[in-house]
Amino acid sequence: MSKRIEVNDLNVYYDKFLAVEGVSIEIEPRSVTAFIGPSGCGKSTFLRTLNRMHEVIPGAHVTGHVFIDGDDLYAPGVDPVLVRREVGMVFQRANPFPTMSVRDNVLAGVKLNNVRLPKRDADDLVEKSLVNANLWNEVKDRLGAPGSSLSGGQQQRLCIARAIAVQPDVLLMDEPCSALDPISTLAIEDLIHELKSEYTIVIVTHNMQQATRVSDKTAFFNIAGTGKPGHLIEFDDTTTIFSNPKVKATEDYVSGRFG
Amino acid sequence: MTQYVAPRPGSSGARRLVGGPRPSDRIFRGLSYGSAALIMVILAGVAVFLIIKAAPAIAASWSTGDLASGTTAGYANFWAYSGPLIWGTLWMSFIGLLIGAPVAVGIALFISHYAPRSLAGILGYLVDLLAAVPSIIFGLWGIAVIRPYLLPFSHFLTEYLGWFPPFGGQVSTTGSTVLAGAVVLGVMVLPIITSITREIFLQTPRLHEEAALALGATKWETVRLAVFPYARSGMVSAILLGLGRALGETMAIALIISPSIVFSVALLTENQNSQTIAANIAVNFPESNDLPRAGLIGTGLMLFVISFAVNFAARWIVGRTGGSAKERRSRKIAPPSDAASILTLDVAASPLEALEPRGSSAHPEGQEPSIPELRD
Amino acid sequence: MSADTARTASNSFTATRLPRLIELYTALGALAVSGIVIALIGWTTTGFLVLAAALYLMLTGVVSGVVENRRKAVDRLVRGLVTVAFLLALAPLVSTLYEVIVRGWQALDWNFIFTTGGTIIDPATMKITNTIGAWQAVIGTLEITGMATLISVPIGILTAVFLVEYSPPGHWMSRTVTFLVDVMTGIPSIVAGLFAFALFTLVVGPKAFSGFSASIALCVLMIPTVVRSSEEMLKLVSPELREASYALGVTKFTTIVRIVLRTAIAGLITGVMLAIARVIGETAPIFIAASFTNNFNGDLFSGAMQTLPVMAYTGYKFPSSDIPASLQSAWGAALLLVILVVILNLIARLIAWAFKPKGLQ
Repeated sequence: MSKRIEVNDLNVYYDKFLAVEGVSIEIEPRSVTAFIGPSGCGKSTFLRTLNRMHEVIPGAHVTGHVFIDGDDLYAPGVDPVLVRREVGMVFQRANPFPTMSVRDNVLAGVKLNNVRLPKRDADDLVEKSLVNANLWNEVKDRLGAPGSSLSGGQQQRLCIARAIAVQPDVLLMDEPCSALDPISTLAIEDLIHELKSEYTIVIVTHNMQQATRVSDKTAFFNIAGTGKPGHLIEFDDTTTIFSNPKVKATEDYVSGRFG
Repeated sequence: MTQYVAPRPGSSGARRLVGGPRPSDRIFRGLSYGSAALIMVILAGVAVFLIIKAAPAIAASWSTGDLASGTTAGYANFWAYSGPLIWGTLWMSFIGLLIGAPVAVGIALFISHYAPRSLAGILGYLVDLLAAVPSIIFGLWGIAVIRPYLLPFSHFLTEYLGWFPPFGGQVSTTGSTVLAGAVVLGVMVLPIITSITREIFLQTPRLHEEAALALGATKWETVRLAVFPYARSGMVSAILLGLGRALGETMAIALIISPSIVFSVALLTENQNSQTIAANIAVNFPESNDLPRAGLIGTGLMLFVISFAVNFAARWIVGRTGGSAKERRSRKIAPPSDAASILTLDVAASPLEALEPRGSSAHPEGQEPSIPELRD
Repeated sequence: MSADTARTASNSFTATRLPRLIELYTALGALAVSGIVIALIGWTTTGFLVLAAALYLMLTGVVSGVVENRRKAVDRLVRGLVTVAFLLALAPLVSTLYEVIVRGWQALDWNFIFTTGGTIIDPATMKITNTIGAWQAVIGTLEITGMATLISVPIGILTAVFLVEYSPPGHWMSRTVTFLVDVMTGIPSIVAGLFAFALFTLVVGPKAFSGFSASIALCVLMIPTVVRSSEEMLKLVSPELREASYALGVTKFTTIVRIVLRTAIAGLITGVMLAIARVIGETAPIFIAASFTNNFNGDLFSGAMQTLPVMAYTGYKFPSSDIPASLQSAWGAALLLVILVVILNLIARLIAWAFKPKGLQ
């Protein structure tokens, strides 16, 4: 299921404002890649271009190419809706659908896409997704309860279960732990480790310890100043980035001298 | 465990992500755009049809034919007929506002700054209930209660303050006066002015008020120093929207006053009560022929133009309400101006706000969840 | 104890202040004095209340001015004034409801609701029979308002969807539509009636009075209300829910219908109910577009139709030969109308409460 992402010279614009400039990067399947960098450097914006979620923001557009296993996401005729079925996303704040139960939240992607699923298959899919999201044991007795009745950490794992239930190839995570307490954060990080065997995972994080804990590779983004576009400064193995970076700016950032 | 495989168009390769436009999306989008366009068509239709039907009367000679007899007799042309009616409409609404607006602002202030917090919601709802009462009910109430009620008061005013033109003239014995109509109008504009000013008072930046309190100001001084300057233009536009409501009020006026089509400032007389456009239409429409009816539609067109201008002015002013341009963008500028939307918000908003994830337990206590930085 | 007293006395923050409940005492005092005075001159409830309010304001001002200081006195005076303003606003509400209930009650019973009223002249004897009844008006009200709702709700909600979901903010079309909706909210109701009349006379020809024409007039008044309230409700739905849906590869249509509208459904229905409650009481546009009649007419598409508000109006303005009966049925219709409005408001509240998503603290 896992797929390789290749980005070629990607620029992201908000109307005329160039937000991210000239990013080229290759992300291997079955790996966790962390995007780090100061606020406003464009890492979240860039992450959203990997499943065309940036298009939800009026005026946002890109130039360049993103290939998922060789298919260009920005080729003419490509339907962003189909892209997003293959590249799932988990957000900063848990956002389960408040009108749906835990079970329906997991099945949301399938049901909303008008796929008819026999009850047995649906039950299996719910169980499998929740097991994969490390949530099954906690919620198996209250699948009918509203999604919003879970705790914050559980809600975020429910969102991950919801994202993997549509069986994407790639999972994008936009600071998934920033609103969680340390224990819930740990649960999510463990989960990321396990999901790695099946998915290509890209995670944006503000927390450098988290990057070292969960990721195989790390990309450092930086910005020259306000109003300037963000750039990909360095991309390498996580151990290299944090112990022996090649660029001075990366070293300053990871050692806490800046940002 | 059954392996569920998500259905994918095509099997693999570059065509995999290519998809045509989906019909459901296109139809719904079309319906949505169509409805929005229909709004434009309807409004244009209102103006166009009124003009088409009114044109014959505006162009016709009023000294011969149908227009020379009946209720339209004795006017040189359309403008001689509509002039006093426009005056009557403005005059009646003005008196109504004079009575209603200060009370409305007082209530808004009471609810936003003086009443106990726990009661404020209920009190606001009570005032909004006034907006739910149909105008015909207020009309009947005006006939049955306000008319007789104001009689002794009218006699008193004419006797002692008769030198002041509005109170002069032959005092009415029935009570079907401009004053009675205006009192009812005053009641009817209360809820709209109150709910808008209340919203604006509540939007006053806390910092301004705390700054005033920190200087040792009393509550009233705080209101005068921090709240009123901030809310001034909002209050003006609320009053203008109230005026818009008063201008169009028909049935209450048609029921209460015994009118004549004159330029008069008299408030308490038997036969010098300036008639309003709307009430005049209501009273004369059923019994008119084609051409006089066209004349009535013409006055309706005038009313449309006047209330359009008033509403436009109100919105233009509220668009400029307090604070810097940036502040304006970041908050809800104009609260909804019709009573039904305000009621809807009052009734329905509280459970809905709980739907937003920020209200749920997704966040540890005390931590202010940040809005996702899309531009990160 | 003595140390405490000494400290209080020398504390520079203390100032002479009136006791905490002074306002209550003053109010009771004012009521008592006013009661005695008015009882001596001859009792009128209004006089009693007005005098009590005036006395209260004067007393508070003077007492506070003497004991405290001028600034405090003004503060208390304003507090008293706004409180009086609020009570003043409740007076018409209470008085109106009281009047409608007391007068309408005499007319209102099941017979009144289910009998077709009117005046019949027997051609043989020339005897005039007046029947009191509102059935024709009840049916007219329900049909006309129902048709207006059927037309307005889809247009209103779809326009709100356009404004919130489709149109980029600041786009010329959304700015125009928002502006026009605001203009429409300000259209005097009688102008809406004239519009429907003009439209139907041009399309159908003279004698164009019909219930449907009145429905169109009500639509002009109802659409902007529905658009505004739906727009507010859709804006309350968190953008994060839309993002969550899009990220699952859900189409825009499905996202809007099954996530956004589903989440906002309680608010939408509440808004629609209140919009109905608003137009159901409209008199002028129906009076112009559907005229009025005492005969039963259940056909929405032809002929004059009666409605409750118009019945209340014509009962007073164009009474039949039996004037007391006309007035009585006018008040009966008014009470029936108020009951309908109250029911609609209650339903709106109930829906807002019942559809509240469960599991939220």
